[in-house]
Amino acid sequence: MNLNNSNLMMHNKYYNWIQKNLFSSWINSIFTIIALVFLYKVGSFFLNWTIFEADFRYNFQGELITDRILCSKNIVPGEYGACWAIIFVRWDQFMYGFYPTEEIWRVNLTFALLPLAIIGILFDKLPYRKYFIYFTFFFPFFAYYMLYGGPGFSVIDTNKWGGLLVTLFLGVTGIALAFPLSIVLALGRRSKMPIIKSICILFIEFIRGVPLITLLFTANVMLPLFLPEGVNPDNLLRALVAVTLFQSAYMAEAIRGGLQAIPRGQVEAAQSLGLSYWQTNRKIILPQALKIAIPPIVNTCIGLFKDTSLVLIIGLFDLLGIGRAALADMTWTKLYYEVYVFISLVFFIFCFGMSRYSLYLEKKLKTDNS
Amino acid sequence: MSNKIFRKYLFDEKARSLFFQTLVIGIFAVIIYLVTKQTAYNLEKRGIGTGFEFLNIAAGYDISISLIPYTSDDTHLRAYFVGLLNTLLISICGCFLATILGFLVGIIRLSSNWLFRNIAYVYVEFTRNVPVLLQIILYYTILLYLPKIKNAVVLFDTFYLTNRGLFSPSPIIKEGFSIVLLSFFASIFVAYFIKKFFKKKQELTGKQYPIFYINSALIIFTPIIFYFLMGMPLEFNHPVLKGFNFKGGMVIRPEFIGMLLGLSIYTAAFISETVRSGIVSVSKGQKEASQALGLKSNLIMRLIIIPQALRVIIPPLTSQYLNLTKNSSLGIAIGYADLVHGFGGISLNQTGKAIEIMFMVMTTYLTISLLISFFMNLYNKSVQFKGNA
Repeated sequence: MNLNNSNLMMHNKYYNWIQKNLFSSWINSIFTIIALVFLYKVGSFFLNWTIFEADFRYNFQGELITDRILCSKNIVPGEYGACWAIIFVRWDQFMYGFYPTEEIWRVNLTFALLPLAIIGILFDKLPYRKYFIYFTFFFPFFAYYMLYGGPGFSVIDTNKWGGLLVTLFLGVTGIALAFPLSIVLALGRRSKMPIIKSICILFIEFIRGVPLITLLFTANVMLPLFLPEGVNPDNLLRALVAVTLFQSAYMAEAIRGGLQAIPRGQVEAAQSLGLSYWQTNRKIILPQALKIAIPPIVNTCIGLFKDTSLVLIIGLFDLLGIGRAALADMTWTKLYYEVYVFISLVFFIFCFGMSRYSLYLEKKLKTDNS
Repeated sequence: MSNKIFRKYLFDEKARSLFFQTLVIGIFAVIIYLVTKQTAYNLEKRGIGTGFEFLNIAAGYDISISLIPYTSDDTHLRAYFVGLLNTLLISICGCFLATILGFLVGIIRLSSNWLFRNIAYVYVEFTRNVPVLLQIILYYTILLYLPKIKNAVVLFDTFYLTNRGLFSPSPIIKEGFSIVLLSFFASIFVAYFIKKFFKKKQELTGKQYPIFYINSALIIFTPIIFYFLMGMPLEFNHPVLKGFNFKGGMVIRPEFIGMLLGLSIYTAAFISETVRSGIVSVSKGQKEASQALGLKSNLIMRLIIIPQALRVIIPPLTSQYLNLTKNSSLGIAIGYADLVHGFGGISLNQTGKAIEIMFMVMTTYLTISLLISFFMNLYNKSVQFKGNA
């Protein structure tokens, strides 16, 4: 009897939820039915294409599939399921570009250690955080040595880099280099010195007013014009310069928002204790301002990560660029959707992860401050 | 003694600030001097002159989409204007579509229907976390794989969707159409005064007038009456399939549709978030108070919630419009003939005048950005609290 009762209540709970959320009025019921039909149509199409009717094999009678025709089900795009062989066969290119196969372990090692370098910055209550931060400062040198090469390792020219490696390189390095620059810009914009202030405002507003692609073009075409003959930065470095400047302007605005949120009393109290300008900022203002500014900073980072795909226009092979290169291969033509869906998924995983982190921080900030 | 003077200036705020600023100016001057000298040297060595004379040389390339007459014999300057107009066209259309879609999705995200709400949520997360460039390329690819012309998808018996674009009727404007247009604008003008007049009356007497119906009727029927009075000066030229192609009508090219879809679907996701947070920011008490006053739910939305939500929505909306306009420069990836593609790309390659062309392109984008900010700020001022300093 008792059991029956609780069963009934459970039943009621679901029933109530469904009635409240899906069928509260007749209009709502119609909407629910429309949504269900829509979900069924889109969902069944998408799942069939990606999974149920797709061909996941990447070898055919013991040999790697290098030809679309061997993907048995997929002759006409869109008519049958996806042919994922292109992703499996070209996996190395999607990840590392044209990096020499025997040296790929160097990239893998760098990829594997990257989370360790970042985790110390992301979570402030991490045990042994200090050591992780030390590692963060050590990591760029390590990554440079590993990826580019040096004594003991063969030098891999950056025009061999590609795929996710270039995307992550531009994203991570761009953000890391832009961070100190953006702090200087944000402080400069709030400075009392009119000339420094106006230089910072001009720089920030100029960068924010033009599209990234024009900056990339400028870096690509004009940097060689500006510099002496011997100095000729390669394409990746030129793109990195543009990306860094671009990111620093957006980040500076995010940090400025944080600076503005700090009450004036904090500055005055610090000054009355006899702290200098730099001491005030380093010890009192910036730690508080940056904490508030992290969610908007992460949002600009998501934007930058997506925008790294623009470098394909100046001829670099980032993830999207390498995908297009794969499609230019005659044997793989017409597998557009497979390639684009895969790349979208990779970008989605990174960006969605970052946006979840930013949400987590916002929630944490709210509870910390109340 | 000198030490004392030195110390006096060392700890003087004004002296320090003067010193630092002079230092910064000095460093900048040196850098600019060196770069200019080096650039002049490099340019001379490559045999590229400076100056804007190249604008008067024939461009020598075709542009597939052009709002003004253009042939390959026209000058680079004209190519610039063609590109500028295309950039403005895609930006305006994109902003328009993104706003409608964004408001729709933003409102759906607050719907009481769980399924609807979550479909909108999935849409937002999937579109804003994938690069806009990738989306543009993807939609363009889908458009290119639409049926060929002979199997065109027919929409409403008038539009034909094919892999070469959307074929649609083109308007033929005859004499007297300008008067119909004029009557349309005049009716809007009159409607504005009618609204003002009756509002004043309502404030004095408390009596409500059906202003909305009067004005809608005025704005809809005046042009129609004039249209028939002038002898139906607007006709449509319908596309007809003849042989392998359509005759008559006009075609909206897949590059344009792809750009429009990519830009507006991507930006709409961001706009929907600002709309949602704007509506959420209006406190619950406002809604409850207006319900207690006996207002109907559509009036609560129109008179109480939306005006307050707009105050929160407009500033981020402005930056979304700016982003969309800047992202319209990605047309180069699929061959949409915008400013960066034609003038900033092909003209630059032909003339080699990188500095002049990039200067012009960047200045143009800066001007557009400033104009959008200016007008949106004006609008923002009109929706903000008044007399509430």
